[in-house]
Amino acid sequence: MNRLIVSLSPHVHSGDSVQKNMYGVCIALVPAMIASLYFFGLGAAVVMLTSVVSCVLFEWAVTRFILRREKVTVWDGSAILTGILLGFNLPSTLPVWIIVIGAMVAICIGKMTFGGLGQNPFNPALVGRVFLLISFPAQMTIWPVSGSVAYVDAETAATPLSIMQNAITEGDSGILSQLPDSLDMLVGRTGGSLGEVSAILLLLGCAFMLVRKIITWHIPVSILGTVAVLSAVLHVADPVYASPVAVLCSGGLMLGACFMATDYVTSPMVPKGQLIYGVSIGILTVVIRNWGSYPEGMSFAILIMNAFTPLINTYCKPKRFGEKPGKEAAK
Amino acid sequence: MKTFSMGGVHPEENKLSAGCPIRQAALPKQAVFSMFQHIGAPAVPVVKKGDVVKVGTLLGEANGFVSAPIYSSVSGKVSKVDVALDASDTRRMAVYVDVEGDEWEDSIDRSTDLVKLSDRPELDSKAIIDKVKAAGIVGMGGATFPCHVKLCPPPGQKAECVIINAVECEPYLTADHSLMLEHAAEILVGVKLIMKAVNVQKGYIGIENNKPDAIRLMKETAAEYPDIEIVPLKVQYPQGGEKQLIDAVIGRQVPAPPAIPINVGAVVQNVGTAFAIYEAVMKNKPLISRVITVTGKSLKNPSNLMARLGTPFSQLIDECGGLPADTGKIIGGGPMMGKALISTDIPMTKGSSGLLIMNDKEARRAKVEPCIRCAKCVGACPMGLEPYLLSTLSSQHVWDRAEAEGITSCIECGSCAFTCPSHRPLLDNIRLGKTTVMGIIRSRAAAAKS
Repeated sequence: MNRLIVSLSPHVHSGDSVQKNMYGVCIALVPAMIASLYFFGLGAAVVMLTSVVSCVLFEWAVTRFILRREKVTVWDGSAILTGILLGFNLPSTLPVWIIVIGAMVAICIGKMTFGGLGQNPFNPALVGRVFLLISFPAQMTIWPVSGSVAYVDAETAATPLSIMQNAITEGDSGILSQLPDSLDMLVGRTGGSLGEVSAILLLLGCAFMLVRKIITWHIPVSILGTVAVLSAVLHVADPVYASPVAVLCSGGLMLGACFMATDYVTSPMVPKGQLIYGVSIGILTVVIRNWGSYPEGMSFAILIMNAFTPLINTYCKPKRFGEKPGKEAAK
Repeated sequence: MKTFSMGGVHPEENKLSAGCPIRQAALPKQAVFSMFQHIGAPAVPVVKKGDVVKVGTLLGEANGFVSAPIYSSVSGKVSKVDVALDASDTRRMAVYVDVEGDEWEDSIDRSTDLVKLSDRPELDSKAIIDKVKAAGIVGMGGATFPCHVKLCPPPGQKAECVIINAVECEPYLTADHSLMLEHAAEILVGVKLIMKAVNVQKGYIGIENNKPDAIRLMKETAAEYPDIEIVPLKVQYPQGGEKQLIDAVIGRQVPAPPAIPINVGAVVQNVGTAFAIYEAVMKNKPLISRVITVTGKSLKNPSNLMARLGTPFSQLIDECGGLPADTGKIIGGGPMMGKALISTDIPMTKGSSGLLIMNDKEARRAKVEPCIRCAKCVGACPMGLEPYLLSTLSSQHVWDRAEAEGITSCIECGSCAFTCPSHRPLLDNIRLGKTTVMGIIRSRAAAAKS
């Protein structure tokens, strides 16, 4: 007879894996990716390809030559995902060398210095993006208009976010009339980073992740809900603040709420904690967007709350079984 | 449809032997009766080498209140009283009987006529409990807790209802299912006996809705008992866990240990136990046989066997087509909570609900990857714990924090490890932590006493 294998229960597994989850998120990003190619053409392709390839190469190089690990983990999908998300957060005209620097910061500093997958306190793609935003503010805030498919010398224009900020600083609600109409903003026919423009397709991706149980509803719903409520209140109080629909569909909000804030590693573990995290991100985003010096607050809001995640995990406990007696009594 | 309120997973059901009628397994050549077939003090052998025994002869007597006697399931001669490998993969005291013929003790009623509670009006609570205790009945779902202990509520506690566990939430296993299809009437009399024993007016039988035929039949048969309600439950593992079942059926949650079901007024018994109680009380038959599901994807004939206790597993496997060549793992019980066996020369015991043969490919664990903090284990835990945290605390030996985070509430259902995308051995670590923390709690209590 063969030698019997002896191990502790459970003896079966759901079949879920790190790869399935990582590539699941990548698949959820495909519709928005196609939209970005449609709206920004060659530029989008160059930026995304550069970002993904350099993220994978940096991860491979660090594991192989610095950490000297025998098994190189680039195919677990997390580096590819970081690459896509970083690319999604960049303008489609960004020079290749800047993208490579961003990828290096994201992977080498944002992820591998902490020990790789599962260890990083901050979302690597956002670390890369914010590093670039601070280091190359000029290049990072020139957005080509949607539909200008060239990579160099594309036609550029103000994004909805800068129009909104303008309206607030000028105190003139008339400026808001420069905003594209809601349908265009929902579909993505507007300026912005290449992956963030199409709110509707990002929501579609989010729905896919919810159906496949890759994420739960708590984080995206709490972020979007908080932003919607706060901006509705502001809009009613003073019309220089844009309408909630425009706010929800502009900038990186949808991408951030559905794909960046929901990053497993850097978000809280327990539903209650996830709600606190989501609501806080929503508040911070509205505050930074309306009263901060940057027109976009999503990246900063998420990074700030990433820092609070360990604290939230320590104090937010799930409801233990039997803590409260049930309502229905025996007959 | 009702189910328990938090966590849970849905493993592939793989009920290969569903609908297979119960077959009588052949008598073994030699039967081995472990004295450790229950939780609590082991039984003490009362026979010696050369003694002649019949089916139903006492082999080992109970040693204390939380213990149970062991009876011979075969007739023949005691060949030795010695250690034997048992289903816990340990060598422990056992009685070996060389089988000759099939003679039964005269006191046992071997007829199949149904005896109803109304036929035996003289039975009161004490008579039933004494009979159950004397017959050596233990929890047949696999927990093997001596049954009479649960029928005697501790002082100050009052039972309000009896809940029968007919959930059979473990994948592959169909023993309880087949028992319900063939012995519904006997089971219901058993339920009435339990209700009488603990003096309650209400009984529930919880059955998962992947067994519609059993639900239908039990409902039809229970029509004459208005105080017994059949409760169909949504399929969800680990619904067969005592606490989960109480939550699902009557919506009450048993608080953290040391609280037990009776604290919320519930007495939970397995459906197989109800059948055994019927046979013990109405037929004077001690616990000498049970239904066991022998199954596996590579096994030729997955079956439900009515087998005598003490029969070696190897013989049961041979009756179902023999051990497949690609066997990698043999599990006593189901795949979620069962125990991997180190040999097939292990005798069947009172808690043997299943024997699962896994092929080599299924038997191997996948490679462990880093925790990606996806929180799926938190979502799967039916006790509202944080398995990722308990696992880390256990592997780092941070016992005080593990205790504070409720590690002793873990029911070891395995939902966390089942669901983990990184294939982390969460339950392995938590078990280590739970055992250690419980030891610490015990020694602290002992120190406080002295």
